[in-house]
Amino acid sequence: MTDAVQSKSISSVSKKKSKLEKMLTNKSLWRGVVALIGAVIFWEVCSQSKVWFGVEIPWIGKVPPPTEVIAAWQKIFYYTGYWESWYLSTGRVFAGFIIAMIIGIPFGLLLAVNRYFRDVFFPPFEILRPIPPLAWVPASIIFWPTTEMSIAFVTFLGAFFTIVINVLGGARNIDVQYLRAAQSMGANQWDLFWKVILPGTLPSIWTGAAVGMGITWEVVLASEMISGGGQQGGGGLGFFIWSSYMGGTVAQVIVGMISIGIAGYLSSSFIRYLGVITMPWRRLF
Amino acid sequence: MANQNNSRGAISIRNVTKIYDPDGVNVMAVDDCSLEISAGEVCMIVGPSGCGKTTLLNAIAGFHSITEGEIYLDGQLLCGPSKPKAEQGADRMVVFQHGALFPWKTLGENVAYGPIVQGVMSKAEAHEKAEHMLAEAGIGDVAHKYPGEVSSGMARRSEIVRALINDPKVLLLDEPYRAMDALTKSIMHESLLEVYDKTKVTIFFITHDLEEAIFLGDKVVVMTTRPATLKKTVDVKIPRPRDYQTLTTEEFRVLVEETKEAVHEEAKKAFDAGERELA
Amino acid sequence: MNQKNSTVNIQEAPTGLALKIYYWRKSLKTLTPYLMLIGVALWLGTYYLLVEGWELPRFNKLPGPVEVITEWTNPDPDWGISMFSPIYYEHIIISCRRILIAFTIATCLGVPLGLFMGWSKTFRDYTFPILEVLRPIPILAWVPLAILMFSGFETPVIYLATLASLFVTTLNTLLGVDSIDEEYFRAAKCLGSKPHHVFWHIVVPGSLPFIFTGLQISIGVAWFSLVAAEMVSGEFGLGYMIMDSYMNITYVTMVIGMLTLGFVGWVSSALVRLAGDRMMQWRVRALALEGR
Repeated sequence: MTDAVQSKSISSVSKKKSKLEKMLTNKSLWRGVVALIGAVIFWEVCSQSKVWFGVEIPWIGKVPPPTEVIAAWQKIFYYTGYWESWYLSTGRVFAGFIIAMIIGIPFGLLLAVNRYFRDVFFPPFEILRPIPPLAWVPASIIFWPTTEMSIAFVTFLGAFFTIVINVLGGARNIDVQYLRAAQSMGANQWDLFWKVILPGTLPSIWTGAAVGMGITWEVVLASEMISGGGQQGGGGLGFFIWSSYMGGTVAQVIVGMISIGIAGYLSSSFIRYLGVITMPWRRLF
Repeated sequence: MANQNNSRGAISIRNVTKIYDPDGVNVMAVDDCSLEISAGEVCMIVGPSGCGKTTLLNAIAGFHSITEGEIYLDGQLLCGPSKPKAEQGADRMVVFQHGALFPWKTLGENVAYGPIVQGVMSKAEAHEKAEHMLAEAGIGDVAHKYPGEVSSGMARRSEIVRALINDPKVLLLDEPYRAMDALTKSIMHESLLEVYDKTKVTIFFITHDLEEAIFLGDKVVVMTTRPATLKKTVDVKIPRPRDYQTLTTEEFRVLVEETKEAVHEEAKKAFDAGERELA
Repeated sequence: MNQKNSTVNIQEAPTGLALKIYYWRKSLKTLTPYLMLIGVALWLGTYYLLVEGWELPRFNKLPGPVEVITEWTNPDPDWGISMFSPIYYEHIIISCRRILIAFTIATCLGVPLGLFMGWSKTFRDYTFPILEVLRPIPILAWVPLAILMFSGFETPVIYLATLASLFVTTLNTLLGVDSIDEEYFRAAKCLGSKPHHVFWHIVVPGSLPFIFTGLQISIGVAWFSLVAAEMVSGEFGLGYMIMDSYMNITYVTMVIGMLTLGFVGWVSSALVRLAGDRMMQWRVRALALEGR
């Protein structure tokens, strides 16, 4: 029978691996790297199959190989118009997105909190929601005086519906007991809102934001492709892709695709980062 | 049911230590634990939450490996230095804390599952036996319902039936009645005692409730807080069959008094340590 | 009235259709349905006033609700499309057909893929990175490449919708497998299951809730991508109809197209949800007991 008084330091033998060590020995990570490299090689082989083997593989055979894409990217790198399109697209995404958050979050919270508000305003909202944002593009162009505003409006719509639905779901899922606990401690309606409902809905707000962000990029892209970008020399990444396609420089198209993928990923990471800062209580899980 | 004189299900735990490694900081969950459980015995393990009792159960069931020591079942090695993790099998059936009845099968289908997948019975036979056993346990009329539709008491009882239909050597129960109110619990206790009297299967039961342990068990083992070792073993000589009246007898009270202090000491230590439970 | 025996008249609880009627009548006594009507009326009213009543600048370029409804119900429509014109239904059917193909392919590929990824860590380690690298690329960015790779108009359009659906379905199925409590796997192994038992009896039913949530999202995403693709490079279909009427300045048709799209999208989503409810009876019943 060992001594019952065991100090924790004896029972927990510290053997922390450094973060780098953990990464290097991580099997999953290596498999992933192998898979990606394998995929790129596969792509190269299939695309070059006509040149190397004389036989064209269907579908992938028509796609420019990675080597061409990298060459194209090196060229584009120095062209200011390319970076301007990054700037324009990102600007449009965030403009529409921020407006969607500013209008959507209060709207969603009101829907969740006030029963009468919900009964009146939810039906029209639900009727309009299934209409894909892109279906609004022509109407938007007709209505708004400038192309910029019409793109911003459609972007707003895309993110708005998602954010409201997520906020609504999140607010309604807050355990009633939290509200009761606060009330029993003397909270008034204002306190309840700011200190219980709002923080409680934050996780859903950020989930809605992350999903909305994805939709926003799609919509910005589509609007740029349809409405022609609205500027000369770089009307956003969507326009970049479309004009590259029209101009026959297909490798550039792929550069554009990858660029947007990166831009989308960065913006989602940014949203996730915002989520982490504003919700410190979630860090441990 | 067969096995009235049960001579199977003897567990021998010898010097078992378990160190596991969350995030590179070794945590010793069990420290040099030795315990002998005879065939057909009801062994109750009592200790504060998160102290490592479940780790022992997991080792016997084959869910986790052990770092040192050996565990034998009926003389055969379950796990040891050459084989750190036991194989999972139907000879050691587990009933889980939060209930692990498959929500997408009816109670009857849940119970019949074991024999069917083991190939021991045909589908029709298994379903018939399942219904029969559920009826014996008093819940025959809800056999066609889903777990989400019945009360937790019924669900837990059918989980035990699901375990028993496989004729296991050992029944491993991991705080199965933890989430129940005292009234339901007392019915569940009587139900378990009935089952034991009929089948005499070896039972390894983890609980934090001392009264429950003494009421149900033949042997009560008190464990310390993390890292867990044996603190005190008490033999419960109250004759069977027992019922709720046993709870008010003098014998019972004496046993509680004997063990209470040890349990309370460990509980206080666990509370002071304030560690988040290992779930 | 006999006050002495205060026996309350308890009737038998209604079931099925009678239950639905009971709830409906109960709701009529509250404000809710009336407020709903007010809400819809408010919206339509505002729409009407802004566009046709007051004819505010810019708003007056859009067609108003009266115009739209008149046109839609007109047996001999001014602009060629109304609920009586066969070409309207042709567009609808073509779009629906494309969605059906895209959704079916995406589901038949995505669900097994997701299940397998959840089931085998090795497989997931190799395939997940590829998925995650391709996923951030918006579907529409694929349009030029799709036109290049596939001949004709139908295939690229269907390809885009399929791709969008595929990502969502695979990811949600994967999450579904992950969501299954470890204890179910342990219980299954304890009961003597072999791997294929675990797959069919635990993994598949256990991930169904997530799979169906994913399917509902995926059909929405499929519509989204389809419309975009049709608008950019299609010949028939609702997206094309909207774009075409925009180009031809027949805005009324455009609005009809938008509303039809919304309706059809909603119906398809509801169908998926119903299918899910049928397959997951256990969940429906359990939720019903919780009062949801």
